Order: sequence, then C-alpha cells, then structure tokens
Amino acid sequence: MATADLTKRGALPNPDVRKYEDVNKAVLKVLGRPGKGWWALFSIAVAGVGVFLTSWFYQIYKGIGVSGLNAPVGWGVYITTFVFWVGIAHSGTLISAILFLFRAPWRQAIYRASEAMTVFAVMTAGLFPLIHVGRVWHAYWLVPYPNSRFLWPNFRSPLVWDVFAITTYFTVSAVFFYLGTIPDLAAARDHARGIRRKFYQIISLGWRGTDREWHHFSKAYIYLAALATPLVLSVHSVVSWDFAMAIVPGWHTTIFAPYFVAGAIFSGVALVITLAVPMRKFFGLEEYLTVKHFEAMAKLCMLTSLIVLYAYMVEYFLAWYSGEPPERGSFWNRVFGHYWWANWIMLTCNGLIPLMLWFRRVRRSIAALFVISIFINIGMWFERFVIIVTSLSHEYEPWAWGLYRPSVVEMGILLGSFAWFGFWFLLFTRLLPPVAIAEMKEVVPPPRRRKAAS
Amino acid sequence: MIFGAKRRRGHQGFFALFEHLDSTVDACKALRAAGHKGFRAYAPLPEHELLEEGLALTHSPVRVFTLAGGLTGAATGFAFTSWTSMDWPLVTGGKPILSIPAYVIIAFECAILFGALSTVIGLFINAGLPNFRPMVAYHPECSNGSFGVYVTAPPAKAAEVKKLLSSHEPAELREEPEGFDV
Repeated sequence: MATADLTKRGALPNPDVRKYEDVNKAVLKVLGRPGKGWWALFSIAVAGVGVFLTSWFYQIYKGIGVSGLNAPVGWGVYITTFVFWVGIAHSGTLISAILFLFRAPWRQAIYRASEAMTVFAVMTAGLFPLIHVGRVWHAYWLVPYPNSRFLWPNFRSPLVWDVFAITTYFTVSAVFFYLGTIPDLAAARDHARGIRRKFYQIISLGWRGTDREWHHFSKAYIYLAALATPLVLSVHSVVSWDFAMAIVPGWHTTIFAPYFVAGAIFSGVALVITLAVPMRKFFGLEEYLTVKHFEAMAKLCMLTSLIVLYAYMVEYFLAWYSGEPPERGSFWNRVFGHYWWANWIMLTCNGLIPLMLWFRRVRRSIAALFVISIFINIGMWFERFVIIVTSLSHEYEPWAWGLYRPSVVEMGILLGSFAWFGFWFLLFTRLLPPVAIAEMKEVVPPPRRRKAAS
Repeated sequence: MIFGAKRRRGHQGFFALFEHLDSTVDACKALRAAGHKGFRAYAPLPEHELLEEGLALTHSPVRVFTLAGGLTGAATGFAFTSWTSMDWPLVTGGKPILSIPAYVIIAFECAILFGALSTVIGLFINAGLPNFRPMVAYHPECSNGSFGVYVTAPPAKAAEVKKLLSSHEPAELREEPEGFDV
C-alpha cells in the first residue's frame, strides 16, 4: 500500500512520526517513573480491591444468603457482571485478531491496550462464577472430572460449555497478548538499566529480532489470529446459550448468539474509548492515538449499536408475534413492569444516545466520545441486568413471580470488580509498552538510502 | 546466564549495523550470492522485504504445528465427551447418549485451545525461544531504528566478507575475534 493511501486510511500516526526511533522514544518514556496522578489512581484501585475482597470474604464467611439471590431470581448482579466483563473482553480480540486479518491499518496504535483490556476483563469475569456459586472452596467442581461413582459431568449442559469457552478464551487471549509484546519487551530491555533491564530480559525470553525469530513469529501470529477469530465469536455465543438453552420466557430464542456477540463488541469498543482517552492525555500519545483512530472506533460503535437496537426491536416483535402469553407478558413486564427503569436505561444508553455518532462532528470530538462511551458501558451492564433479572422474576406461573434487590455485598463486589480491573490495567501501563512498538513501525515508512521509486 | 554462547570454532564474527532497509536487503542478497549460509539479519520489525526478498524465507513449519494441534484438540474433544457419556450411559433431558451437536462445542473449544498452544510450541522450537544465552552478536539499536547483519567466516575468507559488508555502507562494522552461532 502506498504511503499516501495509508495516511488517508488513518494508519500513519502523524506526519511528525517519521522515524522508527520516534516510536521507541514516545512509547518507552511511558515506562519511566510514574507520576502523582498514576499513584493517586493506583491507590484508589487498591482501595477498591480491598472493598472487593472484604465483600467477598464476608459473603464466604456468612454464606450466599448475604446476597439478594433467592427464588425465583437465582441469577442477579454476579451473573450480570460476569456477562458484562466477558463482553468487554471481546473488542480486544476483535481489534487484535479480526482487524489484523482484515488488514485494517488503524488498529496498530490501539491494539495493545485493547488486548490488555481483554486479558484483564476475562480475569475479572472469571471470578464471578466463583463468587456466584457461593461455596468457593468447591470451585474445582467446575473442572470436568468424574465423581466418586465415576459419573462425569453432563456435556449437554451449556454451563459446562461455558467452562470450556471461558478457559480457552482466557488462555488463548493471554498467550496472544504475551506473544505480541515479546519484541516490544526486547525494545524495553535495550532501553532500560539495572534491575528493570533484567526483568525485561527475562520476560522478553531473550528476543533478539533475528530473521529466524521474525519469520516464524509473523507466521505464528497469523495462525493465532486465525484461531482467535472464530474463538471470539464462539465465546459470547456460548455465554448467550447459558440463557437461550433454558425455556425461560425472554431467553429461549435463537437470536441470542449474534445479539450477544454484537453487544459484546459494542461494549468492548466503548470501554477501549473510555480507557484510551485518558491514556492518550496522560502519556502524551496524541501523535499515536489520533482523531482518526477514535473516529474509526466510533464507527464500530455505531454499527454494533444498530445491530443491538435491531435485536431489541426483533425481540419485542417476536414476543408479540409468537402469540405466547408468557413470552408477551415477559416483554410487557420488561418495558412497563417493576424493572421498567432498567429497560429504559438500556434503550436510552445503547439505542438512542449512540445515534449521535451519525454526526461526523460527534465522532471526531474526543470529549463527546468519552461521554458517550461511558453511557454505553452503563447501558450494556443494564442490558444484561434486564435480560437476566426481569426474565427470571416473571416466568410462567404468576404465583412464582418475585422480585430481586441487590444487597450491599453485591454492590461492593460489583464496584470492586472495576477496581480489580483498573488495578491490573494501571500496572500494565507502567510495566509493558502500552502501544505496540514493532507494529507501529510497520506503518512508518522504512528508512531507505535510495529514494523509493513509487 | 544459564547457558554459554555457542561458538563457531575457527570463525571470526562480523556485525554490520545498517541505518537503511534497502542496504540491508542488498547486503543479504550479496551474501547469499557469494555462497554464505547461516548468517543472521536483525530488524526492529518483521519487514517483508528483508525476510522474503533479502533472505528468501518462505514457508514456516509453524503451520504444521497449528494444524496438528487443532486436529488433536478436535479429536480429543469428541473422544472425551463421547467416552465419558458411554462410560455411564445416563439419559438426561431425553437426549441421545451421544449428543453430537452439543459435543461439537466442546470439540471446537478444544481445537482452538490445542491449536493455539501448539502454535506457540511450534514458534518456540523453530525460532529458538526462549534464548537466555549471552547477548553476543547483538546490537541494542536493532530493537530501535536500525537493521543488522551478522556473518561468521574462517580467517581465510574474513577479508572478503569485510569488503562485502563495507561496500553496502554500514553505520558501524564490528569485527570480533570469535564467531558465534545465533
């Protein structure tokens, strides 16, 4: 691709970034001494992790009764938050694997941060089933092994599929993330001194950038991306089948898999925007994360928000068209029932507010995108809340209907999970190069002695 | 360091640092034309011009690892779910004992997991990673903005190699008394 073409498609970071050395300088300076702002945020995150662990330990000590979970609503904030964080993870793999295979030239600047987000989001999500099951000391029961009478788990159960999907997703995305950082860790090693140098020497696995290493590395990277692409689409489909396989009205529908995958990418891209805006500002990465990158992400948000909005509409239509009283009742209850406010938050944040992205001025305004992305995150959490809680509270038999109210412990764990995620993300921004150095160089014209003919 | 560097007995080492991509590619082509084998090029990025034109690297055996891992994973997934169902046949939900559609999901996830892990093993074997030998025949500029070429040669051919490398105007040409296998 010619340089001019790359520039037009938003690949080149900035006309000022002309040399490979500039990339190293700009990215590696982030790894220096953290400032006061970073320490302040980190202290908040550590305090939040404290709230998280305290709430969890309290629940372990007192029992699952301290949560608001009971019949009929046995799945509440924990499962909602689990689905929320798994969804967040998806945009990282989308940007790092799918856009890599599609050769989207704007992904380079943003992919390291979004991939880190994927790994930490799955780490956060993975805790929630353990929190939810209550007796966490029996968490190893999730592993497929036979019981004392040699009866194995039921592989027809979507919950077992979920264990496989989430474990695979965490392993593969962590491997993919780590592998991509190896050349950049070598760059950090060559830049660092003393103990940091030793640290990077070890975690870069002694990478030297030889032709042999690069040759196999770039091939392995393509194969991993090709494996991660179907994986990311499968993971949220499997999560959606946790619901769709059950005959609960509002859950038992074939639209769930694509609907969940689109929603996952929607929320994930929104969180990438939420994280990239302050990163760009604090670390002075304006030349690398340009308005063009944000506009491209805004377009992704716009597309996925339309898919999600379409799915909402189809759900309402099919509930009516099915003629099934429980199905109709469930959706009527969503819009006008006890949890009407959750449903309207969902529709406003995921359907209406993103319509503003149709305006080019909004897509190119970083402040506007930051605010919209926060609304999307709130809306997507409520989407899962609506699907899970309102459906369970209003099943078939009217005498079995019931309400659910999250307890203080559940709210502590929900808020704490953001701190847990932030804790890892903040560590990441200081320990690993937050922008992919080697990949950024691929969109900088290589230094040539002869003037290029083209 | 865990291991010592691998020496090439009776060889001298030459490390040329280049500022430009095209001179690196030319130097590699010239070295290949002169019949040198086992030299190494260094780059801060996977530059296709260098790998494909300069060094004529084509296929990588990593793909075999990916395929083998993926197929093993799929087979394992199917075998595991089918065997455990047959081991104690118990009808649940009125479904057949061998519920193949449900097992496809497990087999799929296992295929991806095994495929990815064996790709990494394939990469490590083929690229010689992790490599905790001493950082000989290396220049820290090669992770920054420059390219490098490392050649070893017996003393009889040393002058020829040196001349060949300097004809491509390296920014720095390091001559070392010992040659290493890198």
